[in-house]
Amino acid sequence: MTTETLTSTEYIKHHLQNLTCGFGDGGIHCAHSAEEAQEMGFWALNVDTIGMSLVLGLLFLFFFRSVAKKATAGVPSNAQNFVEWFIEFIDGSVRGSFSGRNPLIAPLALTVFVWVFLMNAMDLIPIDWVPGLATALGLSHFKAVPTTDVNAPIGMALGVFVLVLFYSFKIKGSVGFAKELSLQPFGKYGLPVNLVLELINLIAKPVSLALRLFGNMYAGEMVFILIALLPFYLQWVLSVPWALFHILIITLQAFIFMTLTIVYLDMAHQEHH
Amino acid sequence: MNINMTLLGQLIMFVIFVAVCMKYIWPPIVGALAARKQQIADGLAAAERGKHDLDLAAKRSAELLREAKEKAAEILAQGERLKIELLDQAKASAQEEAERIMVAARAEVGQEVSRARETLRNQVADLVVAGASKILQREVDAKAHADLLSALKQEL
Repeated sequence: MTTETLTSTEYIKHHLQNLTCGFGDGGIHCAHSAEEAQEMGFWALNVDTIGMSLVLGLLFLFFFRSVAKKATAGVPSNAQNFVEWFIEFIDGSVRGSFSGRNPLIAPLALTVFVWVFLMNAMDLIPIDWVPGLATALGLSHFKAVPTTDVNAPIGMALGVFVLVLFYSFKIKGSVGFAKELSLQPFGKYGLPVNLVLELINLIAKPVSLALRLFGNMYAGEMVFILIALLPFYLQWVLSVPWALFHILIITLQAFIFMTLTIVYLDMAHQEHH
Repeated sequence: MNINMTLLGQLIMFVIFVAVCMKYIWPPIVGALAARKQQIADGLAAAERGKHDLDLAAKRSAELLREAKEKAAEILAQGERLKIELLDQAKASAQEEAERIMVAARAEVGQEVSRARETLRNQVADLVVAGASKILQREVDAKAHADLLSALKQEL
């Protein structure tokens, strides 16, 4: 993308813009600039985010399903070995953080971890390859890393939040949940304060869950974009160490997202703090 | 950077992926893991049982061996006893036989002696008669002197 006419600002802006499409004047229409995307409002879709996460999610499902179909209690194949190692790792994490009994939690944790990891891992593809390919296909913008689009983490965190609310009501009952929100930490005489604090606490869970992942990945992406502004023969000096370090970050962020999901759901399952 | 319907799309995908994972991925693999665990546990238990059986068999074989040894020793002792008994019997019967032979021999010797004495007596009597006849220079009537001679024989 570093053509002569493109300034650094334009390059950065271009890389930070999703392929946002919505229903324009009598048809589907994709934004060509950030302002245009802004004008589309809520009823627009970031096609690149949805597409990448869909492809990566299906990749995860197909690979694990192909192994699960052939799963044997006898001598496992290499793929099964790998998947089993993974499943046991997830199972261990769930057992370590989740005290209740719920058959949903472990598959949820597995999906969260692998999906987020795969989406984060797109950050390791050289920064211009995917947008370059998209440009060759005639698309104006393309962000390869779904987790650097704030919508993706928010969508997932929203799912987790709904589950937290659902299990809070289911396990504690409406009264129990209301009591938990209003009677601590200061007892019944500090009820309004309690309510405010606990509601903030509750809302902070999905927000921090989403923004932590988004912030980390966005910042990492940003560094890659800035490194890409260097002359091509110097880029490797910074991009190689940063990519190596980023391997740690993408894994860590996926792990944190999974662990927090488990922990929040564990809190929702506990009758008393 | 704007919030739009993408997050709903993401939410829907999330729900579907989790549901698929929960229904089609997690159970078979965890089931295989549990089955393998069970197999390994069974195998270990079987090995333990086999080891136990082996121990029992070893104990039993040692016992059998000990019993066999005892029996053999007993049989040997019995044989020894029998041998001594037989030897004693043989010795006793041999002694008896020897005594019997001795008695028979002694009796025979006695007979022989008396027979020899008889012969000797007869010969002496003959000699005496011959001598006397020579001394008398005449024919002595043997019949006439038979009484005399037999009296002499008795004296001898």
